[in-house]
Amino acid sequence: MTVGLSHYLTVAAVVFTIGVFGIFLNRKNVIVILMSIELILLAVNINLVAFSAFHGDLVGQIFTLIVLTVAAAEAAIGLAIVVVYFRVRGTIEVADIDHLKG
Amino acid sequence: MTEQLNLLPLLPELTLALGAMALLMVGVGGRAETRGELVLWLSVAVLALAGVFVTMGEGTVTLFGGSFIVDPFARLLKVLALTGAGVALIMSRDFWRNDGGMKFEYPVLLLFATTGMLMMISASDLIALYVGLELQSLALYVVAAFKRDSARSSEAGLKYFVLGALSSGMLLYGASLIYGFTGSTEFSQIANAVQPSGTNLGLIFGLVFLLTGFAFKISAVPFHMWTPDVYEGAPTPVTAFFAAAPKIAAMALFVRVVISAFPAVTDQWQQIVIFLSLASMALGAFAAIGQTNIKRLMAYSSIGHMGFALVGLAAGTEQGVQGVIVYLAIYLVMTLGTFAVILSLRRDGKMVEDIDQLAGLSRTSPLMALALAILLFSLAGIPPLAGFFAKFYVFLAAIEAKLYLLAVIGVLLSVVGAFYYLRIVKIMYFDAPVEGFEPMPRLLAVVLGAAGLLIMFFFVYPSPLVAAAGTAAKSLF
Repeated sequence: MTVGLSHYLTVAAVVFTIGVFGIFLNRKNVIVILMSIELILLAVNINLVAFSAFHGDLVGQIFTLIVLTVAAAEAAIGLAIVVVYFRVRGTIEVADIDHLKG
Repeated sequence: MTEQLNLLPLLPELTLALGAMALLMVGVGGRAETRGELVLWLSVAVLALAGVFVTMGEGTVTLFGGSFIVDPFARLLKVLALTGAGVALIMSRDFWRNDGGMKFEYPVLLLFATTGMLMMISASDLIALYVGLELQSLALYVVAAFKRDSARSSEAGLKYFVLGALSSGMLLYGASLIYGFTGSTEFSQIANAVQPSGTNLGLIFGLVFLLTGFAFKISAVPFHMWTPDVYEGAPTPVTAFFAAAPKIAAMALFVRVVISAFPAVTDQWQQIVIFLSLASMALGAFAAIGQTNIKRLMAYSSIGHMGFALVGLAAGTEQGVQGVIVYLAIYLVMTLGTFAVILSLRRDGKMVEDIDQLAGLSRTSPLMALALAILLFSLAGIPPLAGFFAKFYVFLAAIEAKLYLLAVIGVLLSVVGAFYYLRIVKIMYFDAPVEGFEPMPRLLAVVLGAAGLLIMFFFVYPSPLVAAAGTAAKSLF
């Protein structure tokens, strides 16, 4: 059996789903959410690289590099906001993020 | 490949990006007491300069192998976004002055966010779209949490970050599927690759994920849950900015993607847009009724208004897009005017956000009450104010596209929505007065007066805006 496009897409879909569920089902702390976001972006990268190889087109790989760069910036800003939040509230439990109703 | 690189159409974005970086240095070098406001006014000047460069362009130009497009649509929406950003920036001065002084990072971050918005409006390729969107979003996450010592502001920043990052991820997943099933990231080539007959399921999946991401950014129901919390928690000038400029950029992106990349599958995305529109109008109308915090109320109001603007897009016609643009322009003026009032509700050095505290405003500050009443009547869509014409154009387009049910439900929901705007007018004019507010800062009074007059007298001379929107809409089809 050879590993084809559909296998890569399945892996990406599974990773993406784990990422989305990680955000919604997570009752512990915010760091797990940041990890889930990273998972979502990695699933996208798997998709893009697989499609890029499939089409023999480099644009997908360039897209992947850009996504990686932006993901790094996003993680930095996310962690900075978590630090600010922790300083004020002294906790990063998801269940405690409820000062604003909703 | 010896194409000459013409950077002239890129001048507004270059001005903003370079200006923002230069202002960072001005901020670092300046004296601590004065640098905040110096950078603020220089930022406004940079925005104005970018606006001048935007209006200098003509015709349709594409750059970078078709990934960046400047057409009348982009130009008009860029002017709107720059106006929204500039006015929101000016309005923030007195707030920060009362809050321990302006930090120079604030205007610089807003300049970066505005650069991202211009990129979004001009994006004609999935990569350019993503980079523009992230440049805007990353700057906005930071400004939402800008009051670092406030629990509410940092919580707003955290919520906005998590949901914003999730929506970017969804959008990106959609973009990767679209790239995979069409073999290109560029809108015009995607449009060529998409066939109306025998549409690929993977492509439709990609389109749905992409639209989910956009719905998050314009806060359309069912992806609106971040909006009330972020609007309430963020510092008020930041909320004013959120309600104005990013909405315009995200809506422009939404319109451009569905019209120029997916014209062949209109009947597919049309269903999604109709659903988003109906759900947003309904939630905006009903959920706002019980609100007591005026910033939260404005969040529901903006959700509702995005629903009305989507009615025009649901029509999927040139007339519909024209309606969307007119709607966005009028919504921008109404929102900025209303936030000018909210920013001046200050008593004993503290911001007041409770709607009941507006009681008797007509006696304590009659002019402010009158201007706010005009804006609220306009938000409710009562003729002959501008808000009525905004709704009129989108519903007209929906009727001509034979979306009768959508138009009828929309009009009924706008009647429901009128209730909570009129309740504020009732509180201002008929309830027993509580203590007055501190006098309105002059800058805010100017913004409020200008917004009130524009809304009041729009019906006298509506043709410039309507004609410009018509030209802009035509350039997309």
